[in-house]
Amino acid sequence: MPKTKKSGAEIIWECLERLGVEYVFGYPGGAILPAYDAMTRYGVHHVLVRHEQGATHMADGYARASGRVGVALATSGPGATNMVTGIATAMMDSSPIVCITGQVGSKLIGSDAFQETDITGITLPITKHNYLVTRAQDVAPSLREAFQIASSSRPGPVLVDITKDAQNGSCEFDWEAAAPQRQHFVRGPFYNKTQLAEALELINQAKRPVILAGHGIILSGSEQEVLAFAEAACTPVALTLLGIGAFPASHPLCLGMMGMHGEAWVNKAIQESDLLIALGMRFDDRVTGNLKTYAPTAKKIHIEIDRAEINKNVHVDVPLIGDLRELLPQLVPGVKRMDRSDWLSSIDKSKQDSAVRDIQSLPDDGHLYAAHVIHELWRETNGDAIIVTDVGQHQMWEAQYYRHEKPRTLITSGGLGTMGFALPAAIGAKFANPKAEVWVVAGDGGFQMTMAELATIVQEKIEIKIAIVNNGYLGMVRQWQEFFYDGRYSSTPLWSPNFQKLAEAFGIPGFTVNTRPDVIPTLRAARRQRGPALIDFQVEQEDSVFPMVPAGADLHAMIRRPNPLVERATDV
Amino acid sequence: MSDQQKLHSFVLYVENQPGVLNRVASLFRRRAYNIESLTVGHTERPGISRMTIVAGISEGAAHRVEANLYKLAPVLSVEDVTHVPIIARSLAFIKVAANDESRYRLMEIARVFRARVVDLANESLVIEITGTEDKVDALVGVLRPFGIQEMARTGQVVMSRGTKPPANGHPAGRSDLLLEEEASQSV
Repeated sequence: MPKTKKSGAEIIWECLERLGVEYVFGYPGGAILPAYDAMTRYGVHHVLVRHEQGATHMADGYARASGRVGVALATSGPGATNMVTGIATAMMDSSPIVCITGQVGSKLIGSDAFQETDITGITLPITKHNYLVTRAQDVAPSLREAFQIASSSRPGPVLVDITKDAQNGSCEFDWEAAAPQRQHFVRGPFYNKTQLAEALELINQAKRPVILAGHGIILSGSEQEVLAFAEAACTPVALTLLGIGAFPASHPLCLGMMGMHGEAWVNKAIQESDLLIALGMRFDDRVTGNLKTYAPTAKKIHIEIDRAEINKNVHVDVPLIGDLRELLPQLVPGVKRMDRSDWLSSIDKSKQDSAVRDIQSLPDDGHLYAAHVIHELWRETNGDAIIVTDVGQHQMWEAQYYRHEKPRTLITSGGLGTMGFALPAAIGAKFANPKAEVWVVAGDGGFQMTMAELATIVQEKIEIKIAIVNNGYLGMVRQWQEFFYDGRYSSTPLWSPNFQKLAEAFGIPGFTVNTRPDVIPTLRAARRQRGPALIDFQVEQEDSVFPMVPAGADLHAMIRRPNPLVERATDV
Repeated sequence: MSDQQKLHSFVLYVENQPGVLNRVASLFRRRAYNIESLTVGHTERPGISRMTIVAGISEGAAHRVEANLYKLAPVLSVEDVTHVPIIARSLAFIKVAANDESRYRLMEIARVFRARVVDLANESLVIEITGTEDKVDALVGVLRPFGIQEMARTGQVVMSRGTKPPANGHPAGRSDLLLEEEASQSV
């Protein structure tokens, strides 16, 4: 293959194009100017963001919606540090993104030069790997390996910091020679026939098994394998927050979400089970509650690609370390068909009066509850939309009331719980899936953290619908203050601008809804818009997310939605 | 160190490049584990360094550290050699105050410990010792009354005994990973 001389800046785009990158989310600046100049000669579409945090969330949203690597670009110093929250978000949720930052010239590094910061040092604990590239000839090998590391095994963010002289310098560009050399970081699988047999024995002996389905299923694309396994083993499936979509909500074996705000019957089933089969999940404290009392009678099989997750929080009887998509089909043929209808019906019975306590069954008392908004959004979109949530109460209500049938249709910041995630992540998701209907569901607090990205939506002429669940509080914190701090609402009441007018200032049609009968017509009006639209749903201010397991409490010790609310409501 | 903690020795093979030490050390720092000693040096293979890290941590934490070290791209292999037969040595220079009266006693002590006097001045001498940490500690204890003026210790280098090759490939799947004793709960 003939070699050609190219600048480091050109090599960046040459590599991105060859790696199949269609979109880059970024913000220019001094140290990345050579790359921005070279960009004009290449076909990658650059999305100009309003804040570099937005760029990382967009890359993240793109990655989560598509399964492909998302790319963010920023300059040195503040451009790079603004990316930190987005990188940490991607790290916690195993999202494959590559962040490219400009760096001051290599001779200036360490001299406190203008806009110099040690971004590889800063991001060391929040990236899978990072690079400081100081020579043009190192650009291509670093970028190619960065993409491989980001997307292989358990995915995650990789940062490539490229000095200005590496961008300006030139070298022979040889794509083939720049192929990743390291293979050893893709480790595993670690399991053997004995362990597979042990797992099968536990599965075939279990009377009350539960599958715990996590994000790893979606990351490995093993939804069909999980479905086949669950049906073969006749085992109900509980979902983690990021596991939502990994198993169809309408499937008879689907229990729903587990954990802190999971349904009571789901947590009860886990606590009573004799076998937990954990698939691509990590026993986060938000799903286990008190570890000392967690699923005390259950044996545990943990199928997970990341060896460091085994026995981290919960002692596991049989660990199988590897890719679910390869592992599960090896188990299915050995699974004995068993009648577990007793177990399934006992879970069903434990739902008891949940339906009565459910906010959805409240007659209209003049109050607008977020649950109604989410429920109607689900119905109006036929459950087909990609919903991108922020963090807080609305996020939990979305998880409870929007029934996701397909993977990659709920995009949400789980591990890090990053407020401000929704709007930029939705932009990334829309670029990944231009034909999909994309909705932002955000609270009034989180939305205000990154609402500048409304301008990005308009500039890029993309169609994103936005539902703000506006309760005038930082609702989840307010709820904790109500439950655990004697109702002292310290700094949680939140003033907001008129969101409808705000949207209109951006040229986005805005709507305000504060009664239940207006929900459906307004959703329809927003959906009819051939561009973006924003609805400010002004909901009940002091509503709480139920049920709830207080942090560190036993998983079965849930705070239920108080019945008096139902009674009070029917009195009206 | 609390009761459950003991000294664990890890042997790592890493790529010899900038920042590797930082990445490795950061895993310990992140969890507030104190590194008791750390040595790095070249190996017989160009571009590959060998690290010996000794840290006082619990059994579960040691497994966690090992598993996480494997996730670092420049780390080629990790072995926790705490429970395997090893030879372990460290080297120390100890500068001790000496006068005409004490000099020969010090030289006699060095001889008994199979240490060497490598520098001799009017008012001090420097003893070089190679041995296990215990042996070095013992010599330090004996020399202390004479007045130790300065001391430099290298930290341990260890090697497993016998012909077993270093684990620079993939460890077999293990089901004996232990649960960390006190997995903490975030709120």
